[in-house]
Amino acid sequence: MTRVIRYIFNDILRTRFILFYTGFLLLSTFALFQLDSDFGKIVLSLLNIVLMVVPLVSVVFTTIHFFSSYEFIELMLAQPINRKVIFLSEYLAVASSLCMAYLIGVGIPFIMFSAGQNVISLLVIGVFLTLVFVSLAFLSSVLTRDKSKAIGIALLFWFYFSLIYDGFVLWIIYTFSDYPLEKVTLTLIAFNPVDLARIIMLLQLDISALMGYTGAFYKNFFGSNMGVLFSSSILFLWAIIPIYIALRIFHKKDL
Amino acid sequence: MKKAQLFFLITIVLSALNSQGKTIRVGSAESVSQIKQAIAMAQSGDTILVRAGIYREGNIILQKAIVLMGEGYPVLDGENEYETLTVHTKNAVIKGLKFINTGTGSIEDKAAIKILDSENLHILNNQFENTFFGIYLANSSHIWIENNELTSEAEAEHQIGNGIHLWKCHHITINENKIKGHRDGIYFEFVTNSLITNNYSEGNMRYGLHFMFSHNDEYRDNTFINNGAGVAVMYTKGVKMINNHFIHNWGSSSYGLLLKDISDSFVTGNEFVENSVGIHLEGGSRIQFRENEFTKNGYAFKLQASCDDNVIERNNFQQNTFDLVTNGSLVLNKIESNYWDRYEGYDLNRDQVGDVPYRPISMYGMIVERMPTAVLLWRSFLVFLLDRAEKAIPVITPENLKDNLPSMKAYDFNK
Repeated sequence: MTRVIRYIFNDILRTRFILFYTGFLLLSTFALFQLDSDFGKIVLSLLNIVLMVVPLVSVVFTTIHFFSSYEFIELMLAQPINRKVIFLSEYLAVASSLCMAYLIGVGIPFIMFSAGQNVISLLVIGVFLTLVFVSLAFLSSVLTRDKSKAIGIALLFWFYFSLIYDGFVLWIIYTFSDYPLEKVTLTLIAFNPVDLARIIMLLQLDISALMGYTGAFYKNFFGSNMGVLFSSSILFLWAIIPIYIALRIFHKKDL
Repeated sequence: MKKAQLFFLITIVLSALNSQGKTIRVGSAESVSQIKQAIAMAQSGDTILVRAGIYREGNIILQKAIVLMGEGYPVLDGENEYETLTVHTKNAVIKGLKFINTGTGSIEDKAAIKILDSENLHILNNQFENTFFGIYLANSSHIWIENNELTSEAEAEHQIGNGIHLWKCHHITINENKIKGHRDGIYFEFVTNSLITNNYSEGNMRYGLHFMFSHNDEYRDNTFINNGAGVAVMYTKGVKMINNHFIHNWGSSSYGLLLKDISDSFVTGNEFVENSVGIHLEGGSRIQFRENEFTKNGYAFKLQASCDDNVIERNNFQQNTFDLVTNGSLVLNKIESNYWDRYEGYDLNRDQVGDVPYRPISMYGMIVERMPTAVLLWRSFLVFLLDRAEKAIPVITPENLKDNLPSMKAYDFNK
């Protein structure tokens, strides 16, 4: 399996996209440091990048990569190797290369400018989001044989989680504003990895936004050890479940 | 003739000096061992000098014009039962004493020093520890309360009284006191024409400063930090609040400065840092807010629609989550020449005044104000888009609530 991963990894590096991605992240992080001296503000701006760009790049890159290495996968399947091994190697290679690019791109400037506690959680959240969206992109790739359709589905995932879902949540809050919604919204948030990541970060940075009873409620929940365990395990599930379904489909799929 | 006049003058001065009171010393090594005894012996103009030691005398009542002075902070212990000192006199000084463990109660307001119907007193350099009410004034005037230190450690609001409590007083000076852990740090009701300066009110259960119906008072250079609900002031006119610091009053119902039904007042040169709400203004009229610094607050300014003719001018708004929110569409106030760190306009003629008006109200701030649960979506892409759309074409936010002359640079108030 490690061998397969290594092959795929080399292949990914050869496309140079990962290098561009790393360079982009490095550049934007450095630029933010140049523009602003307030550490909290930099982390906040980076949070926007993490919540928008990281998922987008993850889904697009993964689907394109999957379809461009379709022939390679077919070739591998002709060998006496388990389908599961091939598929998981694909996943691990793509996910780890994206995670590495992210960690280098965002992490290095912060180490150079000496990082704080917030940055570590920013890095962890970025890695989680990468894992989640790579796994969603794999799912959309195995759902169809058509490359453009797969990219479409993957983009829809991204669009749904970054925008449509929030609109839906806002609509619920608006409609049922007469009722106590704390627990309901908390549950709703768990169904969106982007929201979950945002809230974890927000509670560390922008506490001032979370005021009143609601703010106190969320802070109590997410600030506690239980909350950290809950949110990270939910994010973990978000990475595991789509890739598991994709694996099941891939296992039976007629390529 | 001249010589006779001079002689006459000298005689008067000498006789005046002669008539100066005597000093009664109190202490275990002195002939008088009780403060009560000394007060009984004293005549107006005398000084009672209390030596260091612990005095458990229950409730001491002072009704004479004397100086009651401690040496090395003698301790007056209320044994968790008594009010330590009750004062009802004119022209007295209470200085350098330490009051501890007064009684508590929910019917009677027991205080370390209770001053009733008095005039012209000086309460200086005293220390208070674990007192129910610290200094309690009722129906008094011309009183100086300076350099006192009050510390209490209550766990709940109902177990403790106020640090400095004034009811129906006028011409009072409260200067350089430190108040910690009481219910309200400084509490005023019907107190007029008074001066409150350089006090430090920290970690009180309820408000750092709390006043009602207290007209024409002036608050300068005070610090209110980390109080349960910040500072709340109500039903008053003619207040001046200048160069005070409102810092880290944080919590679900905590305010840097809550102003309710205040009129004809000045709030100038103050600093609001890390409060849940910097200023909450409700039913305010003709108040001038100038040259204040709002930094890192949740809401810097909550301006309710019930306010009119207020002026918000030349303030700095920096790093607040929401700069300004309101609850209606009616705007009767003037907001001008402030610095907003979110301002994105330009300045073509380089006069340091932005050429496009700034709308300080964030639509999402309004939504959160109405539905607190919606705070969950703060900083999401959706909210960003909504805010942008609202800035371009205001629908929810009042159209004419804007700063027409926003400053391009933060003001430097040189404090």
